[in-house]
Amino acid sequence: MPRDTLIRQINHIRDEILILGSMVEQATLSAVQALKNRDIHLAHEIFEADQTINEKRFAIENAIITLMATQQPMARDLREMTAMLEVNTELERMGDYAKGIAKVVTRLGESEANIPIQEIEKMADISVSMLHRALGAFVSENHIQALAIPKEDDQVDELFNQAYRKIIEAMIANPNLIDHTNLMLWVIHNLERLADRVTNICERTVFSATGELFEIDSMDEDDANV
Amino acid sequence: MSTLTALRDATFERDLSLRKLKGKVFEILAFFAILLGIAMLLTLLIDVFLDGLPWLSTRLFTEFPSRFPEKAGLRSALQGSIWLMFLTALMAIPAGVGAGVYLEEFAPQNRITRFIEINVANLAGVPSIIYGLLGLGLFVRQLGLGRTLIAGAMTMALLVLPIIIVTTREAIRAVPRSVRHAALALGATDWEVSRDHVLVYSAPAILTGVILAMSRAIGETAPLITIGALTYIAFDPKGPFDIFTVLPIQIFNWVSLPQPDFHGLAAAGIIILLVVLLSMNALAIWLRNRLIIRW
Amino acid sequence: MDNNHNIVLETQNLNIYYGDFLAIKDVNFKVFRNQITAIIGPSGCGKSTLLRSFNRMNELVPTARSEGKILFNGEDINDPSIDPVEVRRRIGMVFQKPNPFPKSIYDNIAWGLKINGFRGSKSELDDLVEQALRGAALWDEVKDKLDQSGLSLSGGQQQRLCIARAIAIKPEVILMDEPASALDPIATLKIEDLMRELKENYTIVIVTHNMQEAARVSDYTAMMMLTGEGERSGTVIEFDRTDIIFTRPKDKRTEDYITGRFG
Repeated sequence: MPRDTLIRQINHIRDEILILGSMVEQATLSAVQALKNRDIHLAHEIFEADQTINEKRFAIENAIITLMATQQPMARDLREMTAMLEVNTELERMGDYAKGIAKVVTRLGESEANIPIQEIEKMADISVSMLHRALGAFVSENHIQALAIPKEDDQVDELFNQAYRKIIEAMIANPNLIDHTNLMLWVIHNLERLADRVTNICERTVFSATGELFEIDSMDEDDANV
Repeated sequence: MSTLTALRDATFERDLSLRKLKGKVFEILAFFAILLGIAMLLTLLIDVFLDGLPWLSTRLFTEFPSRFPEKAGLRSALQGSIWLMFLTALMAIPAGVGAGVYLEEFAPQNRITRFIEINVANLAGVPSIIYGLLGLGLFVRQLGLGRTLIAGAMTMALLVLPIIIVTTREAIRAVPRSVRHAALALGATDWEVSRDHVLVYSAPAILTGVILAMSRAIGETAPLITIGALTYIAFDPKGPFDIFTVLPIQIFNWVSLPQPDFHGLAAAGIIILLVVLLSMNALAIWLRNRLIIRW
Repeated sequence: MDNNHNIVLETQNLNIYYGDFLAIKDVNFKVFRNQITAIIGPSGCGKSTLLRSFNRMNELVPTARSEGKILFNGEDINDPSIDPVEVRRRIGMVFQKPNPFPKSIYDNIAWGLKINGFRGSKSELDDLVEQALRGAALWDEVKDKLDQSGLSLSGGQQQRLCIARAIAIKPEVILMDEPASALDPIATLKIEDLMRELKENYTIVIVTHNMQEAARVSDYTAMMMLTGEGERSGTVIEFDRTDIIFTRPKDKRTEDYITGRFG
């Protein structure tokens, strides 16, 4: 089969991206778990895991660049590789979001805090599920599936609004806990951004498969009650 | 175990020595073959030189043949050869080169052309005495030209014509088609391509071929004997319509005489003939090396 | 596709036969002025045949015949009443293996001018020769040895000499049949640079089996392929701007060829 080497190496990179994806999913869920249980030890583990995420991100990037130089990909192969570079970067940012949430856990320490944990958990579950399926669609070049996923971002945005209101109310009710309550805003911000980045991954999937490059709109964000 | 290590055992080594030995044997046999050839050639040359050198003198060029060896010379034979070569060249070269050029450049590729090509190639291999018989029947008798230089030249022209045609065609074929294409692609006509490229680049090879054909003609004896040049000529030929003799025939004459002195004279004649032949061949080779285009 | 460029060459339902064998089938193909158009495709699909039909060099093969039109500035040059010599004066060609004449560098270029009717002084001829050599980015390298044989140059220089020879008579179109395939990579890149410069004054059509070269140098690309499984006739299956052909071609066969999944 012609281009055996190229095909093998593309498949290898796809596998690596899936692995990176699951590392990010794991980090996100663990971070939310750490927040729920106020587990500072777990938070530190997440910091260490982030190192690994960064290393893997650079390894994947290197592999893609090497592949481009040595195999001179064209058309579909070229699109997929440039899309992989983007997705790689998106995953690393998502990893940073998880790390951000872990940081909040350490900053809170033992102190009392008002945590809208139900909304946060739901946001994390949905986002992670979206990410998981989006990566699956990406490596199998399934642009139909990819087009359907961004809609679920609406749910995440709705949960964001609910959590936001709760946090503001908590701030007004307990002004002495404002610093800690503030940190909650970061948490829900990170989770909401994570879901947005999943949309980017879906856009890249469509580009890789069809050559069309456009933004997939979910809900008009200006309507969000921020 | 890898294939390489498997090959490295004793069986392989032995084969290698045997293979090299076979090559060496062939090399030695070939060397002896060439040694044999050179030895025979050298024997001939040394023999001729030993016999002929004492008889080499200006007399050979100024005196006519005579019953007395010490008075004999090649004057008439040499003039006959020169006249003959000149007339033959005059007739054969334009006709031969022209025919070769026509066949290669302008003739359409059809059955008639192929028929002509095959026959020309065959004619180059016909024994020269056949040409002598043709010359005798057609030129000497039928056309009533008698045993003259003109009849001899026409006969020799027929002899060398196929050779010149073939070498001309080979020379033209050696011009790569890519050059023709390049010239045509510039908007040239077929004639312009022939005139400025094909003929120009094949000229050195054609010239070489012509020289070699003429050097062959100089040494031809049988056809000229047939048309009657085997006569005792003791005067300068006055023109194309005069009877004549040529150098190889005079040599042949002397060899046939009983006196050993004439054999010496013959050897001297052979030396002159060899010098002429070798000079012509050397000229041809020198020209070829100087003018050849290394594509 | 850009229709701002005007069309210099166009084929309409072009079919080319060698005897009974149909080499090229139903080709409808455009070449835009002052653009570089590349023809790519696997071996044996008729790329060179198509290229040579533009300057009627196909006719050198005795059994070749063609049907359909080849419009050069709107005029059908495939018509038997048109003299191929006249066509070749205006559509020049550079061949795969450099083939300079075994004459001096000067005469290589002067000959084409002379047979095309140059009547002028020696110094005018000198100027035209220099112009042509400059146009082919060769002048500086040979200006001191114009009387040396064209064959004494390196492969890349010989090819540029052939280009100079072609542009000396100022054709409108230059056809190039795999011009760099016999050259080393550095010479290849020099020829590509040269092509970009020449684009300003000439229209260039290049056949190449090197896809990277086509991608680097051309503005438009035509993909040629056999018409089907087991078929032996070739046709143009896709024609578009080069950037589209190499990033998102429309025909799957084009994509398979470009990504190397072919065969």
